[in-house]
Amino acid sequence: MKLSLAARALFWAAVAVISFVTLFPFYWSVRTAFAFPRGVYSHPTEFLPPEPTLGNFERVLGLVDSATSVRLGGSGQTIHFFVFLRNSILVSALITIGQTFFSAAAAYAFARLRFPLSRQIFGFYLSALMVPGIVLLIPNFILIKSLGWLNTYQGIAAPAFLMSPFAVFFMRQFFLGLSRELEEAARVEGAGRVRIFFQIAVPLSMTAITTLAIITFIYSWNDYLWPLLVGKSEGVRMLTVALGVFRQQGAQNLPDWAGLMAGTTLAILPTLVLFLALGRRVINSIGFTGFR
Amino acid sequence: MAQLVIRERSKNTSLVRTGLHVREAGLALVFILPSLAGFLVFFVAPAIRGLYISFTDWNLLTQPKAVGLANYVALLSDPDFWNALKVTVFYVLWNIPLQTVLAVMVALVMNTAANSTLLKGVILLPWLMPNVVVALLWVWLLDPTVGLINVAVKALGGPLLPFLSSPGTALPTIAGINIWRYLGYTALLVFAGLQAIPTDVYEAARIDGANDRQSFWRITLPLLRPVLAFVVVTSVLGSFQIFDTVAVTTKGGPINATKVFNYMIYQQAFERFQMGYAAAVSMVLFLILVGVGLLQMKLLRAGEVET
Repeated sequence: MKLSLAARALFWAAVAVISFVTLFPFYWSVRTAFAFPRGVYSHPTEFLPPEPTLGNFERVLGLVDSATSVRLGGSGQTIHFFVFLRNSILVSALITIGQTFFSAAAAYAFARLRFPLSRQIFGFYLSALMVPGIVLLIPNFILIKSLGWLNTYQGIAAPAFLMSPFAVFFMRQFFLGLSRELEEAARVEGAGRVRIFFQIAVPLSMTAITTLAIITFIYSWNDYLWPLLVGKSEGVRMLTVALGVFRQQGAQNLPDWAGLMAGTTLAILPTLVLFLALGRRVINSIGFTGFR
Repeated sequence: MAQLVIRERSKNTSLVRTGLHVREAGLALVFILPSLAGFLVFFVAPAIRGLYISFTDWNLLTQPKAVGLANYVALLSDPDFWNALKVTVFYVLWNIPLQTVLAVMVALVMNTAANSTLLKGVILLPWLMPNVVVALLWVWLLDPTVGLINVAVKALGGPLLPFLSSPGTALPTIAGINIWRYLGYTALLVFAGLQAIPTDVYEAARIDGANDRQSFWRITLPLLRPVLAFVVVTSVLGSFQIFDTVAVTTKGGPINATKVFNYMIYQQAFERFQMGYAAAVSMVLFLILVGVGLLQMKLLRAGEVET
């Protein structure tokens, strides 16, 4: 479309405003994370971190003892974001591997194999997308509790490990769009279905599988309510839950904004790295399916 | 005789076929079994169990006691329930219309000025972050004493803006935070819809003398309808289920002003341990969502023929 200079300037101004509004809160969080806690209060509007320091990260990662933590401007209580970071990575990786693999396998069967009730079962899966999460939350909590899995990794990962209706739907769409020719040719040459799945369908679908894996990882990483209920203890606590707990502490003193923002920055970082490396796929697939 | 042979043969091939089908079905079972197990255990069973729990009185410590419809009767006269319904509906009304209009505007800007992957990545960023992180970023920016926004407003001589700490402003503030999180994602969906509109439609309209405004209202919006319908229905259903942002920012307060359905259910179940009552409220929420979903689809499809 041809635009006048004025119109073009207007549109680029809009792009600038949109980008600024989106990015500034992130910048402000990182800026605060690198500021000395005292400076956060004395210089609330300074653009660059007042009295820049790495101390907040050292404090929240539990790398320093309590006396050093006080010297760095903290409350002296030890915080173990390192453990929470590990837990988040572990649980999210576990869910991503399980859910992506088992959902892809099921999706392949729905797309390619003929078996009784195929459409009904798939439709049944899809109908679960309509059920609000909170309806399933209470009974699932009770189930995990009665299994003795509260405060375990498997307890947090279990409900999402074997499938999600969305993942099956997403992969089925992709397999349906895949040309059958290669698979037919392999069949003529006597290859079994399992081999065809692993050696032809999966390699041909690597783009879709990676996209799904990224989305699944980010969703597990971001989840809050479920890990809050079944993973309260420090040993398995995930980053999002830890941030919520951290926020509620220190009500008697001034809030430790610098420490909190250091923790927040740590929670942002992995997603950011993943997104910078592989984000193009996620972006391009959004118009394609409309995620959740 | 010949007929007999043919019949024999067809019987044979059909036998072979059934054999193949049985094998294929067996194989399919292997492929879908893990997902089916996960589905039955963590989706179907809890849905049924949740319904059962909603007919009981249960505090997790003793055995559940069947009470019939008592929980459902009780919630009808529970001011907390009606408050949750009111707060949730108001939240959706603060959230969705503004978010959708802004998303269309952002998508139009992208469609006209900058179809760049970088810009898409930037505006998608908030959506990729945990709700908890997004909530904390804004709790910090909106803090009454040292938060940047209030300090800046004060420096310019403005009044203290209470944002999350006053019953009147807390709910719209939370809606605003979530608009910030979902705007880019929603805009990308709309943008994909815009890209699917063929350009020669606009060309034809221009030749016929339509100006930009006319072609937006007469061409863009009607052709965008299916995408917009999808976006609005899914975001309304999601908006009804808001929890994380409330849990991190206000915990339902001040004075219950932000106690949405999910937060109320959470408190009933995991702070007061009234599992039966919480399950009943969750079932009612489910029914409301089904109703809202069906109603929206009907409304958004109405008039489709005329356009």
